[in-house]
Amino acid sequence: MLAFTLRRLLAAIPTLFLVVLGAFLLVRAAPGGPFDEERVLPAELEANLLAAYHLDEPLPTQFLRYVGGVLTGDFGPSYGYRDYTVGQLIAQAFPLSLMIGGLAMLLALALGISAGAVAALRPNTALDRGVMALSMTGISIPVFVIAPLLVLAFGVSLDWLPVGWSGSGGISRLVLPVVALALPQVAHIARLTRAGLIEVLESDYIRTARAQGLPTSTLLLVHAARPALVPVLSYLGPAIAGILTGSVVIEQVFGIPGLGQFFVNGALNRDYTLVLGIVVFYATLIVLLNLAVDILYATLDPRIRLT
Amino acid sequence: MSLLEVDALTVRYGADAVVDDLSFALEPGEALGLVGESGSGKSQTALAVMGLLPATAAVGGSIRFAGTDLRGLGRKAMNRLRSVSLAIVFQDPSLALNPYLTIGRQLTAILHAHDLARGPDALARAEAALADVGLPDPRRQLAAYPHELSGGMRQRVMIAAALLGKPDLLIADEPTTALDVTVQAQILELLDRLRDHTSLLLITHDLGVIAGHCERMLVMESGRLVESGSTATVFRAPEHAATQALIGAATDLAVDSPPAGDSDFLMSADALSVGYPAGRSQRLAAVRELSLALRRGETLAVVGESGSGKTSVARALCGLVAPAGGSVVFAGKRLGATLAERDLGLKRRIQLVFQDPAGSLSPGMKVAEIVAEPLRVHEPGLAREEVRRRVEAALADVGLGPEYLGRYPHELSGGQAQRTAIARALVLRPELLVCDEAVAALDGSVRARLLARLKAVQANTGLGILFIAHDLAVVRQIAHRVAVMYLGRIVEAGETDAVFGNPRHPYTRALIDAVPVPDPLRPAGRNSLSGEIPSPLAPPSGCAFHPRCRWSEPRCVAGRPALERIGGEPRRVACWRAEDPELVTTPG
Ligand code: SF4
Repeated sequence: MLAFTLRRLLAAIPTLFLVVLGAFLLVRAAPGGPFDEERVLPAELEANLLAAYHLDEPLPTQFLRYVGGVLTGDFGPSYGYRDYTVGQLIAQAFPLSLMIGGLAMLLALALGISAGAVAALRPNTALDRGVMALSMTGISIPVFVIAPLLVLAFGVSLDWLPVGWSGSGGISRLVLPVVALALPQVAHIARLTRAGLIEVLESDYIRTARAQGLPTSTLLLVHAARPALVPVLSYLGPAIAGILTGSVVIEQVFGIPGLGQFFVNGALNRDYTLVLGIVVFYATLIVLLNLAVDILYATLDPRIRLT
Repeated sequence: MSLLEVDALTVRYGADAVVDDLSFALEPGEALGLVGESGSGKSQTALAVMGLLPATAAVGGSIRFAGTDLRGLGRKAMNRLRSVSLAIVFQDPSLALNPYLTIGRQLTAILHAHDLARGPDALARAEAALADVGLPDPRRQLAAYPHELSGGMRQRVMIAAALLGKPDLLIADEPTTALDVTVQAQILELLDRLRDHTSLLLITHDLGVIAGHCERMLVMESGRLVESGSTATVFRAPEHAATQALIGAATDLAVDSPPAGDSDFLMSADALSVGYPAGRSQRLAAVRELSLALRRGETLAVVGESGSGKTSVARALCGLVAPAGGSVVFAGKRLGATLAERDLGLKRRIQLVFQDPAGSLSPGMKVAEIVAEPLRVHEPGLAREEVRRRVEAALADVGLGPEYLGRYPHELSGGQAQRTAIARALVLRPELLVCDEAVAALDGSVRARLLARLKAVQANTGLGILFIAHDLAVVRQIAHRVAVMYLGRIVEAGETDAVFGNPRHPYTRALIDAVPVPDPLRPAGRNSLSGEIPSPLAPPSGCAFHPRCRWSEPRCVAGRPALERIGGEPRRVACWRAEDPELVTTPG
């Protein structure tokens, strides 16, 4: 297991390198520089600024300097938030994004698995069809449509929940963003759970378990749970990526000062280092979480050997 | 009172009655055989008794167990009877055990559910049950997962699970069909020994299995009971055509004479070795310096238990794995090690058919497209009508009419799917057909017809067939020559008649002995082979068969006997004692 983890981490290095290279080039290819503003700076001042941030060096040198920094954990200074380093900004904003994303993931799993299981146990009944129709809707509506709709319904018309971040504090302001972020994932997870459980319930070994006279609870919890959850597990990777990208939209809609918010602002302000830093951070995060999913896989299915 | 009384049982799916007006009774302590081909309704009967039919089945008639009407019971009441009064062992232990749970967990779940034992008690009982069915080191096996056990061991676990609640009736539905012949004999013996006071309903398509183990038997065809009586009587004077066909399929062991005259070899392998990496720094030697040759128009069978390396031979010949050593010559030319190194023309001339027909046909294509596909790859210039003609001819070769052209794989039975797969191989007019357990999944009579078709194709075209199989009855039906493999080497090879009629290697003898004989008056396959094939990772020293050989001597442990001709015969045997008078004259 340890050898497997190390090998996978080593294998991730070229991937991450390409991500950094790609992001670096894309950011530089965008028109304009970090200090282009309405007010034209005096040429001398601009040259000083560029020199201070090493922007006057040739591109390959800049890239190497950046990679070198990243390797030592230094993402460089932010061009937009002048007094902060990118590392500080990430450290400040990430906990909030993590909380919202994590809660959304947990909610999606809890709701999705229970809805899928309920549907699978009564296949082709009205209940099953209802759950599946709802989840189909959930899959087809993107986050940026769901979020404003939720705000309209529960925030504005019904006025049950706060719609923004700045207003009244407390837990209640988390509800709408977390739900909006979770909904599309609930839908996917419900469908996967349903399909997985139905297939498992038709398998020969469940027939054996029935023939042994096991009560339904044992059948489901002891025999069917693990194999039925395997497809859900394999969806966790894409789900995590979905929640990460979704959070960029959600934080914008609800005005949450999380990492997604910084990312968008960074892109708008041509804050090279901030955008790059967040891309590298997210890419690393996704690699690590996928590794965790694979390890979880092996604990769930004894036939999988981590080599 | 009978233990089990089935009266006018009918099972329908839509308009199709799969069990039609079936009545029979089973007495306490009795062993009753229920025979028929697949689709005859015998498994549906078993499921009906266990209350396991799907909701789509419409059931009529009554099933009484010790006087209780099972069909009137609710789910809870039925659950209480299962395991404790009624238990079942299914056909394929690799599917019937939950791959995600340890053996111990699956066994203790039964004890918990029926309040038979809890905690350490339950574990102790599970361990004792595993010991009863002859599992070595039962305590360790409690923590093992099913995939860590061999097929025979898994079926032992299934039997242990079924007998855990000490049921009055045990239903065994094709309990040995998925197993090697030597293991089959062990499992049947185990069922006999363990059932003690438990009544047995033994369901099978193999009359040989019934003969040694059941006093009375029933024969089903298309859902109906067509014959019943004492096993001896039914065997001596089968009345119904279905029974006669079943007995025929089991006893038809005639062999055609090998093709006369020309002896140029179509294919020969010399000192072929195949290995696979097995974990860190280890290599599993599946085939060790094996040599064999095949003439045009000849069928050579390679037989052995699973783990003998026979499938690896097929895969190496077809270029699916690169051999670790040795060479293969085909039609005078040395073959490249893998498919990538062979040119397209050569690939066309060697075709392979696998065991699992359904898995090898793409579900979205019609039969016509499936069979035509190889032509598109290998003979792209062919006109449409010509393709159609070739496809129809290939299907006709395997006995499928043009009405199958438009069907999809899921609309085919197992036999039809396998015939489609064979047609797909034959459409290219290959010179060598490699069949890897290609008929293993088929019923007796379906199989016999298919083999007859293959023989006809062979007679017309001079096709060479390499036939990989574990079923000796099938090999007798089709092979001119046979090579018996054990742990990666050939231990005996020769004309089929000579090898089967007068086996000289102790392993060949044991294999033949283990085949259930469809004759109730002869003892059931004497199980002269104990244990299972050792791991190829650590083969025994000297003669690899020595730990299981009843003739073994010190020199067998010390040195490996070469595969050599014996007497003036063309047959070759690898045994120190092949010509030892004691071994030659002792029967069995
Ligand atoms: S060589 Fe010895 S151990 Fe091997 S088969 Fe012959 S008698 Fe048995």
